[in-house]
Amino acid sequence: MRPPCDPSKFVADAVKNIPPSGIRRFFDLVSGLEDIISLGVGEPDFITPWHIREMCIHSLEKGQTSYTSNYGLPELRDELTKTYYRRYGLNYDPSSEVLITTGVSEALDIAVRTVVNPGDEVIIVQPSYVAYVPSVVLAGGKPVIVSTHRDDEFSLTAEALKPAITNKTKAIILNFPNNPTGAIMTQEELEDIADLIVENDLFVISDEVYECLTYGSKHVPFSSLDGMKERTIMLNGFSKAYAMTGLRLGFAMGSPEIIHSMMMIHQYSMLCAPITAQIGAIEALRNGKDEMERMVREYDRRRHFIVNGFNKIGLECCNPKGAFYAFPYIGNTGLSSSEFAERLLDEKKVVTIPGDVFGEAGEGFLRCAYAASIDDIRKALDRMGDFMDGLKQ
Amino acid sequence: MDEKVRHILEILENDARATPEEIASLIDMSAQEVSQEITKLEETGIIRHYKTIVDWDLVGENYVYAVIELKVTLERNQGYQAIAERIYKFPEVRSVRLLSGNYDISLTVRGKSMKDVAFFVAEKIATLDQVQSTSTHFVLKTYKEDGVILHEPETIKKLPVSF
Ligand SMILES: Cc1ncc(COP(=O)(O)O)c(C=O)c1O
Repeated sequence: MRPPCDPSKFVADAVKNIPPSGIRRFFDLVSGLEDIISLGVGEPDFITPWHIREMCIHSLEKGQTSYTSNYGLPELRDELTKTYYRRYGLNYDPSSEVLITTGVSEALDIAVRTVVNPGDEVIIVQPSYVAYVPSVVLAGGKPVIVSTHRDDEFSLTAEALKPAITNKTKAIILNFPNNPTGAIMTQEELEDIADLIVENDLFVISDEVYECLTYGSKHVPFSSLDGMKERTIMLNGFSKAYAMTGLRLGFAMGSPEIIHSMMMIHQYSMLCAPITAQIGAIEALRNGKDEMERMVREYDRRRHFIVNGFNKIGLECCNPKGAFYAFPYIGNTGLSSSEFAERLLDEKKVVTIPGDVFGEAGEGFLRCAYAASIDDIRKALDRMGDFMDGLKQ
Repeated sequence: MDEKVRHILEILENDARATPEEIASLIDMSAQEVSQEITKLEETGIIRHYKTIVDWDLVGENYVYAVIELKVTLERNQGYQAIAERIYKFPEVRSVRLLSGNYDISLTVRGKSMKDVAFFVAEKIATLDQVQSTSTHFVLKTYKEDGVILHEPETIKKLPVSF
C-alpha cells in the first residue's frame, strides 16, 4: 500500500499566508442563529430591477449563451464609454480602453497583477475593502498601509500619504466612496493626492464601485483629474448601483497599454465575463437610470434614519456621504470592535461587522450596512439602544 | 422638483400613514417642516387623496369587479367630460378613463355579484344616449393594484454577512 499524505503541504506559501478574513469568522458565528437582524451585508437588499432581469431571461430564451470577445460585448463597452462621457465628459475609447470583467473582484486582481512586480510597494488606504491586501500579497507585492481618520471624515490627506511613499512605491489603491466608512473625497482633496502621484511617478488603482451611490454631491472619478487618466485604472461594476451582485459583472477602464495588459491575464484566467450578465448590464445602462436613482433615494432616507438613530443611542456617527454603510464610533464603550460586535450578536442578535476587519484603522468602529429595510434598521437600533443601556449599568 | 418634496411624496405614495415624525426621521427636515410641506402639497392638489388598498376577498366580502369598455358618440357642444361626469357619479363606478384606440372610455365597476354588475351596466350605462356599445369583462383575479403586488411570492434568502 502506498503511504497516506497530507495534501495541505501542496498549498503554496503565498496562499497559506493569506490571513483569515474577519468577515468569514463572523459568518460562522451567525450561521444557525434565528431571529437575527443583519446590518452585516455588503450588498443591496433590492432585487435586480425587473427590466434588467427580464432582458437576461429573454437572452437566455433566445439562446445567447456563448463566449463573447475577451474584452466584453462591444455594445456594452460602447454604452459604458457613452455613459462616462455623459456623466463626466470623460473620453474612453470603447475598443481599446475598456475591459469587461467578472465583477470588480476580478478586475482588482488582474489590475494588481498587471502593475505589481515582486517587491513593489503598493499603498493601501485603510479602513477599506478586505480584498486589497491579499491581492497585493498574491501578486508578490508589499502592502503599505496608510490610515484615514474620523477627524478627516475618513478622507485621505496628502500629509498622511506622503510619509508612506518610498522609492519602491509603485502604486496606490483608492476606494471612494469607501467601504466601510462611507467616505467620499472632493475634487480639491483628490487634487492634492494627484500632485503627490505625479511628483513620485506613481500609478493608481481606483475602485469606484460605489460611484453612483453618493448623497448630495456628485462623484469625482480619479481619472477625470488633469493628467490622471494615463496613470489610473478605474474599476467599477454593476453590483451596487444596479443591485446585480450575483450576476458578477464589472469593468476596468484605462489606457490602451494597461487595458491590453490586463486582457492578457483575463483571456487565460476568465476568457470573458458571463454573457447573460453583460446583456443585463447593457439594459441597465440604457434604461436603468430611473430605477437606480429610486434606489439611491431610498438608501439616502435609510442613511438619515440610521445616522440619527446611532447618535440618539449614544453612538457617535458622522454622516457617510456615499456607499451604504454607516461607521459609528464605539471606542468610548470600553469594548473593542470585535468584542462589541460579538456581544451585540450574542445578546441582541444584531449582526454588524467589527471595524478592524477593514484594517487596524477601523478599530473602535462598527460597519453597519443600511442596505436593509427601515423596519429592520429600526429594530436593530432598538436592540442596539438596549445593548448600550446594558453597557452603562 | 425639490429633492425633499420628492422624498416626501415617495414615502407617502408607499405608505399614506407615515407620520410627519416618521418622515422627518428619514430626511433632512423637522417634523414641523414636514407637516407644513404636506399641508402645502394637499392644498395645491399635488396630494389628491389618501386611501387604503383592501383585499376584500380575505374578509369574505366577495366583491365582483368588471372592466367595461364603452364606445360613445359625442353630441354637439358636449365633450367627453360630460359623459364621464354622468358615469362617475355612480358609486358602483370605481374608475373612469378616456382612452385612445378601439374604444373610448374604460370603467371599473364593483358590485356584489356578477348579476349585480351586469344589471348595472345594462340599466344605467348602456341606456345613456351617448353610449353606442358596451363590452363587459369580469375580473377573475387581481395581481397588482396601484403599484402594490397583492400576493407576493416568498422572498429569497441572502447571506446575512458579506464583504
Ligand atoms: C469596495 C468594493 N470593491 C469591490 C467589491 C466587489 O465587487 P464585485 O461584486 O463587483 O466583485 C466590493 C463588494 O463588496 C466592494 O465593497
